[in-house]
Amino acid sequence: MSRYYTEDHEWVDVDGDIGTVGISEYAQGQLGDIVFIEVPEAGKTLIKGGDAAVVESVKAASDVYAPVSGTVIEGNAALADEPGLVNSDPEDDGWFFKLTLSDPEELAGLMDETAYAAFVAKL
Amino acid sequence: MSAFPENGILDPEGGEEIPTLPLPLDAWHRAKGGRMVEFAGYFMPIQYEGIMAEHLWVRESAGLFDVSHMGQIHFADVGADAALEAVLPGDIIGLAAGKMRYSLLLAEDGGILDDLMVTRLPAGSPFDREAEDGFDPAKPWETSPVAPAAKEGGLYMVVNGATKYDDVSYLLDVLGDDVTITLMEDQALLALQGPKAVDALARIVPGIEALTFMTAAAFDWHGTELWVSRSGYTGEDGFEISVPADFAEALADALAAEPEVRPIGLGARDSLRLEAGLPLYGHDLGPETSPVIADLGFALSKRRREAADFAGATRILAERESGPATKRIGLIVDGRQPAREGSDVIDDDGAVIGRLTSGGFSPTLGKPIAMAYVPLALSAPGTRIEIAQRGKVHTATVVAMPFIPHRYVRTGGK
Repeated sequence: MSRYYTEDHEWVDVDGDIGTVGISEYAQGQLGDIVFIEVPEAGKTLIKGGDAAVVESVKAASDVYAPVSGTVIEGNAALADEPGLVNSDPEDDGWFFKLTLSDPEELAGLMDETAYAAFVAKL
Repeated sequence: MSAFPENGILDPEGGEEIPTLPLPLDAWHRAKGGRMVEFAGYFMPIQYEGIMAEHLWVRESAGLFDVSHMGQIHFADVGADAALEAVLPGDIIGLAAGKMRYSLLLAEDGGILDDLMVTRLPAGSPFDREAEDGFDPAKPWETSPVAPAAKEGGLYMVVNGATKYDDVSYLLDVLGDDVTITLMEDQALLALQGPKAVDALARIVPGIEALTFMTAAAFDWHGTELWVSRSGYTGEDGFEISVPADFAEALADALAAEPEVRPIGLGARDSLRLEAGLPLYGHDLGPETSPVIADLGFALSKRRREAADFAGATRILAERESGPATKRIGLIVDGRQPAREGSDVIDDDGAVIGRLTSGGFSPTLGKPIAMAYVPLALSAPGTRIEIAQRGKVHTATVVAMPFIPHRYVRTGGK
């Protein structure tokens, strides 16, 4: 399984043609206390770079973009009652949704863990 | 991921194109881990450990806020009170020394140009040195060329940071040459807010516990004169402390060393004042609002209403008499998703009938709250309304403000 990151601070874990998407540790730190998350419903078609989810912190609302195109399999139901999971464990239990990738070639344009760490270090 | 640009508390308020400036405690905030953002033309900390934790800390203990961006204005002359009453609807002439009052700076049409605190200074206040070189703090009345004014006591006004230069220029026009106005940019302003603020501050500045809500006095702190009021903008008991900028860091260190005290950023300041139902200028108040529309009728003193002698009096008193078309109200929003400033209040047909002017998540209540302007017919507590935000309709209930009770201390002591 490999993890890829976008410049907009989403991550996607890929296992075969199934991707699990969330936001990075850096992103949750920038957002601060998260009070609401809206994840996409199963069956929704997402396009790489398009709106996929909404995350609201105490101070502001933000869009989460789809790091790759595909069809949503499942949203993380735990986030409705416990949005703070994204603060405490953004890159594991705080995942947003799973999707079936429609174009795995898109992964080539994303960063690996090392490249993303270097990208964040320059921000 | 990307933030919606129209949201958040950091919307530009004045559209200044002047360079962003550091405040006296800039290095102090950075050393404490403050995340600095541009606000009202200055770099200010939006948060340290996190807005939620800071907010809850202020409600249970004490938080230290740097509000040095705000304008501190000194009016040296005896006649300043009468002159100011032309543009403030409160009883300023009747203010006793050491007493303060919330008021509104009004345009000729009754629109609100700023909201502010005004205090009558006693003779020989720390601000008298602003008017005089070679000031002897022990004997201000002997060295000041404005000695008669100093004896009578001038006025001290705290205005919003984003509007302070416009306020001063408006006041210069209104007051003319008879009144000397000084924007004291070499004074820092700290706020210590929360139920334990009095315990922490009394240890450092003995005697402050004798102040009651909306009173103020000078206190000595190791040879530095502080002007301390028992006031603030969080709904909690607390104090605001005007200190010469050169001593601000030492005072902040002393306060932050007290076990009850943690530094608090702008983010929590915004959520605290929203829970307290207190309007924020540039968001909930502006030139298009009036004291009655903004539900700040308490700022219209009885004597002033009867005399009808302040800017915009005809319009404002008519609104008070026959009811305004719209009114500022509080909302509790259903669900968990905050409804933010700029979202529309809509009717059953989806037509826009009002607007949210502040909105966020209440850490104390654990649910989203907001302020909005709605037609008078929808302003009664219990009324259900609908809000349109980014293509989604939210429902909300009108509630009386404050959202959580104020805990001001109106009798002296701890």
